[in-house]
This record gives sequence, structure tokens and C-alpha cells, in this order.
Amino acid sequence: MERFVAKGVSKSFGAVEALVDVDFEVDAGEVVALVGDNGAGKSTLIKAISGVQPGDAGEYWFEGEQVEIHTPLDAYRLGIATVYQDLALCDNLDVVANLYLGSELRASGIGGTLRVLDEIAMEQHTLELLGALSVTTLSSVRTEVGSLSGGQRQAVAIARSLIGEPRLVILDEPTAALGISQTAQVLALIERLREQGLAVVVISHNLANVFHVADRIVVLRLGRRAATFDRRTTPQDDVVAAITGASMPRPELLLGPDGTAVSL
Amino acid sequence: MSVLQQPPVVPVPEPAEDEGARRRLLRSLAEGELSALRVVLMLALIWMIFQVQEERFLSSANLTNLILQITSIGLISVGVVLVLLLGEIDLSVGAVSGLCAGVMAVLTVRHGWAPVPAIGAALALGCAIGTFNGFMVVRFGIPSFVVTLAGLLAWQGGLLYVLGSTGTVNLPPGPITDLAGTFYGAAAGWAIVAVAVAFHTLLAVRRQRRRAAAGLPSAGMARVVAGSVLLTATLGAAVMVFGADRGVPLAALILVGFVALFSWLTEDTLFGRHLFATGGSVEAARRAGIKVDNVRIVVFALCSTMAAAGGVMAASRLLAVNQSSGGSDTLLLSIAGPVIAGVSLFGGRGRVWAALLGALVIGSISNGMDLLALTSSVKYMITGAVLLVAVTIDALARRQRNLAGRH
Repeated sequence: MERFVAKGVSKSFGAVEALVDVDFEVDAGEVVALVGDNGAGKSTLIKAISGVQPGDAGEYWFEGEQVEIHTPLDAYRLGIATVYQDLALCDNLDVVANLYLGSELRASGIGGTLRVLDEIAMEQHTLELLGALSVTTLSSVRTEVGSLSGGQRQAVAIARSLIGEPRLVILDEPTAALGISQTAQVLALIERLREQGLAVVVISHNLANVFHVADRIVVLRLGRRAATFDRRTTPQDDVVAAITGASMPRPELLLGPDGTAVSL
Repeated sequence: MSVLQQPPVVPVPEPAEDEGARRRLLRSLAEGELSALRVVLMLALIWMIFQVQEERFLSSANLTNLILQITSIGLISVGVVLVLLLGEIDLSVGAVSGLCAGVMAVLTVRHGWAPVPAIGAALALGCAIGTFNGFMVVRFGIPSFVVTLAGLLAWQGGLLYVLGSTGTVNLPPGPITDLAGTFYGAAAGWAIVAVAVAFHTLLAVRRQRRRAAAGLPSAGMARVVAGSVLLTATLGAAVMVFGADRGVPLAALILVGFVALFSWLTEDTLFGRHLFATGGSVEAARRAGIKVDNVRIVVFALCSTMAAAGGVMAASRLLAVNQSSGGSDTLLLSIAGPVIAGVSLFGGRGRVWAALLGALVIGSISNGMDLLALTSSVKYMITGAVLLVAVTIDALARRQRNLAGRH
């Protein structure tokens, strides 16, 4: 049973068909890279799955059970967490405050919003979480996020998505605009997520990174699912060809949605 | 807190740490934890300059006067800090303080209301005006600058209207005038110091114990003791200065009480965290599920309520409300104070204590120049120059932060 399956997702903006009958699936402990040229429909698919911008059509199964995703809250309750490219961090708050933003732990107090923050528990859990993710480059979890490097900010955003204990994490361009060593840190972090049994979807333009971290590579082209590859057996050129539509990929490299080779 | 004490997170030298120790110190003075110290140093410098020029400046009589002069501005500034933390501005605080004081005075003097309900009515009116300001900003997306600029004009008109043709309402001696006219003797002063220090020390010790029990780095008992000693020294000096004159003013206790209350509200509660988050990044806060519209409306309501409290205090000290109440430089000084004391105009950075420190700086300059019998022209120019310097420091600190981040 796949952890998450989407079937027949379609979305059009006026006359533009952004997504046409796209199937998508990701399993627990698996990293799926979603690649494609600009306008291929990657972001539209992610927005449909995360409930930010529901598709016009499409069915979703979460751990074998059919579910509805209409709002971000629906996705959150199912255990789908999305880290967007802009990270949505508050630069003026420290790492702990950002991790728990909107889901702060509170100690006993006067009730309602006046309840006192439980800084100690939040700081403790933050240290545990970052330790489990092997995030070792922060000098202190009380550092303002605004003073962190790009890779550290990405790590904070990913760690934050884990606070609600999600089972599917979607990362939108996690390595864009990062230097070499910071990219390596983030890729290592993605591997930690897989080790912890999470289903991970990574959108990326950087094929070198995709080949480094992904188990399967799903190519979208012009709003349709053009091809699916097994990272271990596929040359990078074939993925490029599928992205650009230069040629049909070699059939023996393609995988069906069930993970077995397809016959054309 | 030492970085080496945090277990799973191993320190790695960041580029910012390559700077020399002196540069780091200068930087933290400009922006970080030490910005309060920067203001204290500024205050000490101002006091020294005036003391050299005029030996009465640091006399206990004049320092007591100084405190009485700043309580109204300080109370208004507490609300202004909240709005500034949101990255917004409230230009109507002066006019609102005047109008609310006017309503209180008219209710007591002309309509025979008891003082306490009249004060309550003034605060409720402030709260209603602030809620309206916040609603206009949130619902219609009008910049707070414009909404409250309109309020500045309208509520000034409101004050003239409630005062009517006489233009001045004198307050008879009673509970309202007692707010600024009550002084407590040395014994009561020392009792307050003892309670405050004991409370502070107890909380600090408990905090350190809990952190240590949770395996988190704690600053250590030496730091707790140092903090308590510093607090005792500060409060003790204040009691001695006040004691040599009329005693500890109730007004000062009210100001410090509100500052402490709002300090707790902003730094220890969920509401405060959401306030800082909204001021730091509205979009990030909204996406984190924070009801940013509610936060903004509540903050504007609190700001105008504190403006009303400041107006009540000003009326109490002047024993009257007249057509210029809350006018003149009330607005500018109540915004300039927090900004001088390090509250960022760009939102998300600052502490409520800046309201008190800023009012002290602004009040000292004004008081000192009065003692030196400088003309209004010089006073305005010097106050303006101090404000400009302080805002420039804020802008430089902000630029420094932007350079330090995202390398």
C-alpha cells in the first residue's frame, strides 16, 4: 500500500491546462523527485496536494484510504507538510520560536491566549528534533533566524514542518540559491527524513541534486506525467530528454506506478 | 549563555564570529542584547552634561519632577511600542489621550460621575477608538499612518467639542488628582523594593532550576545574583532619591507597573509571540495559522487604551483638561522615546522597557533644557537632532543585520 496516491489530478486556469489527468504516488521511506521545465505543472500539482489551490478533478488516497483535500488544513490533518521555497520564516524570531510558530507549547497560566509559553519544553524538543536530523551547524537554537545562512534557514524550515509529525513532506526547491556545502547539508537532511520513514517529495531543477537524493524521478511535461525513472538505473541524459521532450525515453528504463517495468 | 553548553548542536564558526571582540561588542551595543545598555549610557551622558551646566539637575527635587513629567508620555509610549512592534504606527495617540482625559473631566465635573467610573469610561473610549483604528487597517487595508492621521484631526475636534465653550475643565482635588499627587514614605518604598526584588529573584531562580532540570544550558546562579543586585541598586537609589524629596510617587509605580505588565504580555505569552511574529513577517505568521487580523486589532486597541491612561495621568498632574491637552509635542515625544530606546520602526524588534527608558531620555533632555532656560526654538532643534541620531542608529543596525544574514 502506497502512503500517498493521487489519481487523475487536473487543473486549468482559463484556457490553459496546467495539469491534465496526472497520477502521482509516493511511499513511506521513499524520496520522489518531481522534475520538469518551467510551466510543466510541478507547483500546480504540489498546490493541489497541499490544499493551497485545489485541483479541478482528482482523487487522493492516504495510506489506502480515500481522502478529500480542499484546504491547507485538510492536508495538515492528514499529515501532509509542505515547505515552500520562500520558507515563510520570521527573521526576527529565534530558531525555537520559528519551529513552534502557530503551534506554541503553553504552560499553565491564565487561560486562552494569555497562557504563558513553555519555552523550556519547546527548546528541549527543538534540540531533540535538530539532533535527530543531524543539524549540527547552529551555534544556538536561540539565534535569530535572520542571521542564519541559507542552508541553515532551509534546515529550520524543514524541521519546522516536522513539528506536526507529518507522514508526507513536500519540499519546493529546497536547494535553490544555496552554495555547494549548504546544498550538501540539505540533501543529507532529506536522507534523514527518508531514514525516519517519511514519504518525501522534492521539487527541483537541479538534476545533480535529484540524482543524489531521489529514489524515483517523476517527470512532468506540459501538464502531463511524461515519464517515471528509477534513479539507480537511469542515465541523467534520459531524464533531460524526457523533460525537454527531445525523445521518448527508452522503454526498459521506465517504471509504472506500481514500481515495475512497463511494457509499451 | 555559552554556545558550548548546548549538547546536540555543535558550534561551527560563522562568518560573523570572525570579527574582533571589539567589533562584536559594538555590534551588540547597536542592535543586540546590549541595546538597553546603550540607552542607559546615553542617559548617563545626558545627565552628566546637564549636571555640569546646572547643579540642580540631579537634585532629588528635580529628579522627582522629571519622573512626574514623564509618566504620561511613558504610559502612552507603552502602547506605541506595541504598535511599532507590529510595524505599524499610531499618530492619534496624543489626540486620543486628550479626548479621553476630556471625557473623564467632563463626566466628573459637569455630570457628577464618581472618579473611578469616569476613569473607566476614558479607558473604554480609548479601547473603542483603538478597536476602530485596527478594524479600519485590517478590513480596508488602509495604512495605519493614514487611519490614525485622520484620527489625529478628528479626535482633536472631539476634545474641543466635549470641552464646549469654556475650553478648560478644572479637576477638583480627589482620587483623580491623587494619581499624580500621592507620595509614599521611605518605609513603604523599601517594602516595595523588597517585594519586587524577592519576586524577581524567585522567578529567576525557578527559571534556572527548571532549565537545569531539563538539561538545558542555564546562565548560572552568579548571573541571577548579579541581576538581583543590580535591580536592588537601581530601585534602592530611586527610593533614596524620592525619599529625600516628597517620597515615592504613585505615578511612578503606575508607570513601572504597566511597563512590567506589558513586558510580560509581549515576552512570555502566546499573544506576545504572535505579536512579534506578525511584526516580523505578516505572511509567515498568517501561513503559520496565526490570526494576524485579530492580533492587529487587539494591539491598536491596547495602544489607544494606554493613550487614554496617559491622558488621565496628564490631567491628574495638571489638575485640568484644556484645549491643548494631548496636543503640542505629546504625540511626537511618545513615539520618539521608544525609537530612541531601540524599538525598530520596521516592526518585530524592541522591548516594552524602551517606553520607560525612552521617556527618561526625552524627559531628561526637555527637563534639563528647561532648567537651563533655553528657548523653545533650541529645545525643539535639539530634541529633533537626538531623535534623528537614534533613528539613524536603528537604520544602521538593520542594514548590518541584513548584511550578516543570508550569506
